[in-house]
Amino acid sequence: MTYDLKLRIWRGDAKGGALQDFTVPVDDGEVVLDAVHHVQALRAGDLSVRWNCKAGKCGSCSAEINGRPRLMCMSRLSDFPKDEPITITPMRTFPVIKDLVTDVSFNYVKAAEVLAFTPTAEQPKAPFRMAQVDVERSQEFRKCIECFLCQDVCHVVRDHEENKQAYAGPRFFLRYAELDMHPNDALDRKKLAQEERGLGLCNITKCCTEVCPEHIKITDNAIIPMKERVVDVKYDPIRFLRRKPKAKV
Amino acid sequence: MVAPVVPTPAPAPKPEIKANPRAAIAAKTLRNDRWWVSPAISFAVLSAFVIYATWAAFDNGNYYVKPYISPFYSPCLAHICGAAHHGNTGVPPHLSIFGAWWAISPAIIILIFPLGFRMTCYYYRRAYYRAFWMSPPACAVAEPHKSYSGETRFPLIMQNIHRYFFFAGLVFNVLLTYDAVVAFVEPRAASYGGGYVGLGSFVLLINAVLLWMYSASCHSCRHIVGGRLKHFSKHPIRFKMWGVVSKLNTRHMQLAWTSLIFVALTDVYVRLAASGALGHGRWI
Ligand code: SF4
Ligand code: SF4
Ligand code: FES
Ligand code: FES
Repeated sequence: MTYDLKLRIWRGDAKGGALQDFTVPVDDGEVVLDAVHHVQALRAGDLSVRWNCKAGKCGSCSAEINGRPRLMCMSRLSDFPKDEPITITPMRTFPVIKDLVTDVSFNYVKAAEVLAFTPTAEQPKAPFRMAQVDVERSQEFRKCIECFLCQDVCHVVRDHEENKQAYAGPRFFLRYAELDMHPNDALDRKKLAQEERGLGLCNITKCCTEVCPEHIKITDNAIIPMKERVVDVKYDPIRFLRRKPKAKV
Repeated sequence: MVAPVVPTPAPAPKPEIKANPRAAIAAKTLRNDRWWVSPAISFAVLSAFVIYATWAAFDNGNYYVKPYISPFYSPCLAHICGAAHHGNTGVPPHLSIFGAWWAISPAIIILIFPLGFRMTCYYYRRAYYRAFWMSPPACAVAEPHKSYSGETRFPLIMQNIHRYFFFAGLVFNVLLTYDAVVAFVEPRAASYGGGYVGLGSFVLLINAVLLWMYSASCHSCRHIVGGRLKHFSKHPIRFKMWGVVSKLNTRHMQLAWTSLIFVALTDVYVRLAASGALGHGRWI
């Protein structure tokens, strides 16, 4: 069934902008991204929006719908009341380029800072033999589609622009955890994460987990385990005294 | 795990992150759902518990009715436990480590451990950072603070000692389990009709079970039993234990609330029974 849907979309650029009202015909079974496309086709041909797959896999269509960071293509219109307007704004944490499109290059800087997988010198060269249970451990983290919704919602940078320099953010704590848990990785990522990448700034309030469209348990399975690993090397005097130079763990 | 033999390279100088303007949106949040409900509930329940626990801890009476002891007062390490007037409810088991000079409630001596355990718990941190400190009050709702340093400085950096409180918590679990066993095998106060096993025995037992489950689902516990390993495959038993703890860990929030509320209810029960408010029936 077709009905008229009211939308309030933020329009503007780095110089300023405001919410603008639109009404477009939509069909049951459509998603918010469809509605935005109808606006683009029927009402505002110059509306900017980034998208690619419309299947929740490319991570391009991140925005904030009624104030909540979500993928536009995975937000069904049937989940919203038909008679209330839906508000769509660009991700707040990143600089705006135009309308719903933001500049997410902050995340690429943080990605480049992750030191690559590094095997020990005496290990046989890749490919490594890994047991299935060790492989499975990081599978969850590899589901990440880099939508950066977790980076957007994280209050450490969302509410405090000044922390951006020091803070890698939840998406990259997944990487630090994955590498630190890798049986063949030789670098110590614990101190690095704590001292250089701002792991201590996270106060485990779990918003990243709440918004992740891949349902990765970022806080429980990556950040908290990393915090515990940091305690092993930095804040646990007993473990510190017990540690032999080449301890087996 | 083979200890790292590759030195971590010095971190490269970080590229400057330019603070280009964000979208101009004045509202602190555009959420139109009832995001404040959940922090409001946390605030109310945690405040109620703190107020009740403070009163109960300082009350220094009605914490024992043979053979039930309130979890707030066990173990009793002060002379005063034996000296206090306990009417017809019996004298609680105690050690006089703190002699006659300790004049206030003996609960004060021990409560720092369960209190510290819960204060540094990863779940409660989430709950009170949101509900009390509003950092953030809810996801995508702006926090009111001008600056933010997370858990990088004193005092919040002390959250990292959580594992020590976890071990202290285990000691308490053993003691409270002992109390629950005593509640089944010791005769009851004569003024309550004597005999063995009453409702209170089960209250103490459920309390102990919930506390064990809360501890077993702890994130530090998960790390200690297996999470810190790099090679699950080389430690099959620890990997299994890690699997069990991980399952419980997904319920840590629920266990945190139920065990918290049940500890208070256990104290209420012992208190009512000891004061005679529940009467003197055999079932108590
Ligand atoms: S749990 Fe930590 S990383 Fe995730 S949103 Fe909260 S503060 Fe940010
Ligand atoms: S962790 Fe989840 S929310 Fe964060 S970028 Fe990956 S898929 Fe998106
Ligand atoms: S368009 Fe690819 S995730 Fe939405
Ligand atoms: S994380 Fe909650 S008790 Fe340890």
